[in-house]
Amino acid sequence: MGKTLAEKIIGMNAGKEVSAGEIVIANVTAALVQDGTGPLAVKQLQKLNLEKAAHPDKTVLFLDHSAPASRKELANDHMTLRQFADKTGAQLSDVGNGICHTVVNEDYINPGDLLIGADSHTCTGGALCAFSTGMGSTDVAIGMALGKTWLRVPETYRVNVTGDFPVGVYPKDLILYLIGMIGADGATYKALEFGGPTIDKMDMEGRFTLSNMAVEAGAKAGLIASDKVTRDYLKKWKRVNKWQEIYPDPDADYEKIIDIDVRQLKPTVSYPHTVDNTREIEQAVSDNVKVHQVFLGTCTNSRLSDWAIFAGIVKGKKPAPGVRVIAVPGSKKVEAELMKHGYLQTVMEFGAMILPPGCGPCVGVHGGILGDNENVIATQNRNFRGRMGNPEGNIYLASPATVAASALTGYISDPREFSRILKPLGTIPDPVKLTRAKAAKKTAATKKKAKKAVKKVAKKAVKKAKKKAAKKATKKKAAKKTTVKKKTAKKKR
Amino acid sequence: MQITGKAHKFGDDISTDHIAPGRLFHLRSNLPELAKHVLEDADPNFAKNVQPGDFVVGGNNFGLGSSREHAPTIIKLAGVGAVMAKTFARIFFRNAINVGLPVLVCDTDKINAGDQLTVDLSEGVVNNLTTGDRLTFSPLPDAMIKILNDGGLVAHIEKHGDFKLD
Ligand code: SF4
Repeated sequence: MGKTLAEKIIGMNAGKEVSAGEIVIANVTAALVQDGTGPLAVKQLQKLNLEKAAHPDKTVLFLDHSAPASRKELANDHMTLRQFADKTGAQLSDVGNGICHTVVNEDYINPGDLLIGADSHTCTGGALCAFSTGMGSTDVAIGMALGKTWLRVPETYRVNVTGDFPVGVYPKDLILYLIGMIGADGATYKALEFGGPTIDKMDMEGRFTLSNMAVEAGAKAGLIASDKVTRDYLKKWKRVNKWQEIYPDPDADYEKIIDIDVRQLKPTVSYPHTVDNTREIEQAVSDNVKVHQVFLGTCTNSRLSDWAIFAGIVKGKKPAPGVRVIAVPGSKKVEAELMKHGYLQTVMEFGAMILPPGCGPCVGVHGGILGDNENVIATQNRNFRGRMGNPEGNIYLASPATVAASALTGYISDPREFSRILKPLGTIPDPVKLTRAKAAKKTAATKKKAKKAVKKVAKKAVKKAKKKAAKKATKKKAAKKTTVKKKTAKKKR
Repeated sequence: MQITGKAHKFGDDISTDHIAPGRLFHLRSNLPELAKHVLEDADPNFAKNVQPGDFVVGGNNFGLGSSREHAPTIIKLAGVGAVMAKTFARIFFRNAINVGLPVLVCDTDKINAGDQLTVDLSEGVVNNLTTGDRLTFSPLPDAMIKILNDGGLVAHIEKHGDFKLD
């Protein structure tokens, strides 16, 4: 029987063939903790007198959830992690560097890795075909110190995705739709494996959004094959040498197969207070849901393409009166890209508050806590009661496009109304290519100008030369005349 | 091992945000203080009312959400004898075992708020002294029983110096 991606990758790290249902001890090739879970992990290792990292170069401590620290207790927690990094040689991703799941993909993990993270959305790394899963502080502490962990090899639900996305519909809508369909516990203990022609075509950023939310259906991992798209992504971050092709076997044994044709999808919104409480946008629009706060950010949707979509809709406009807009780049690297492409400026001019790269208001620690009975529409991944700091606030989840449209109107709105601006997903200009094209155009224009200038100069020079020559000729003639005159005069004499 | 106590009933989808809310992030390194707020966003009076040995009884998907181990830790610190639910979220379940908090999968529809229960962990039985019902719960995987019996994962590693699950 063939192997699923989960079986393949866990097998690679267990050093043997494994099958679903088996409990195995596997090597941990990368580990992460964040400022909410890391201090407890460190304490557990101190109890065991085991303060070390088996792979310090791929053990990463993130200060992202309360960054910069909002209280002295949290600043002290940060110190615990700084000291642990000093002591063990583990990597510290400091305040302002970005969200763990964004940075770990940009800088650390590769196809075939086994990443355990003390954060539930560690499953984001599955898009890079690493077996990435969230665990608690103690599990991750032991895993990073010993370089191994125990795992039950999960059964897999294969999600086959076909069709091209309609205008205004995005990977975020696809994953919200899936969770709405199977429920918040629809894949508990299972691995989700996304594939099919739509996924083959999807860029890494869209894939991250899908894998990120696997845990919202209870899944242990959200895996995607390592293909050419994966390779290009690693190339972008200068480690193409770490790429390897990994596909599930065609005869892999799936517990369930779910087929989705994205052509029938609508923009989708999760209503409070569970992620599977989804509605199609028409319903949300007719519900007249007032929006007090808008939030673009989090490990789900805070990368370049998310900002490109948001900026495309809000460019040159202002938020509806009474709407406050918070936007947070996923990482320092994303922020730099946003500056380069002008999206940061566009969103700022629109009137958004830009917070430093990190989790921002997502987890209710600081910055952007809701008032009683206030509504926020956000690009984040969960909307549990109290998630954003106030159990009396309401969180609606949607794509960057729906969030942008809602910022303009002050009510949850259909992004397809802005379809003059939007283009089908497949044809959204790749910002990188776009700049390259722009740059190429610019160079061509400069070259043309330069050529013209050279021609002009040359022409001028020729003209000048001709003039000079003509002048010389007249002078010569005149001189000749004078000589002749002189000669005749001489003769006369 | 037998535990006796009162049932505190909760609904479906009790998340780790209900159990240990993010707004109390700053108390994460002060667990006894955080335990005073346990399950606050699901039942503001729970921490005041809970007695040692009592049970938290949930519905489906108990403990969904974040990986914060603080959630099962403060339930244990509050004196809870075991958590029962129809289903558990994966990370919470594993964390609970790691911190030595028994988690039992059983049909909790047969338990009402305030019922007096006795749980026999080794026999896998819940006796409802109030209604007379006898519920069985699914046994844990062997690996988890070993960790739980050692008193949690830290104790397990302390004892064996490594994973010793077979
Ligand atoms: S952005 Fe939100 S969901 Fe993502 S890691 Fe941070 S707090 Fe968790």
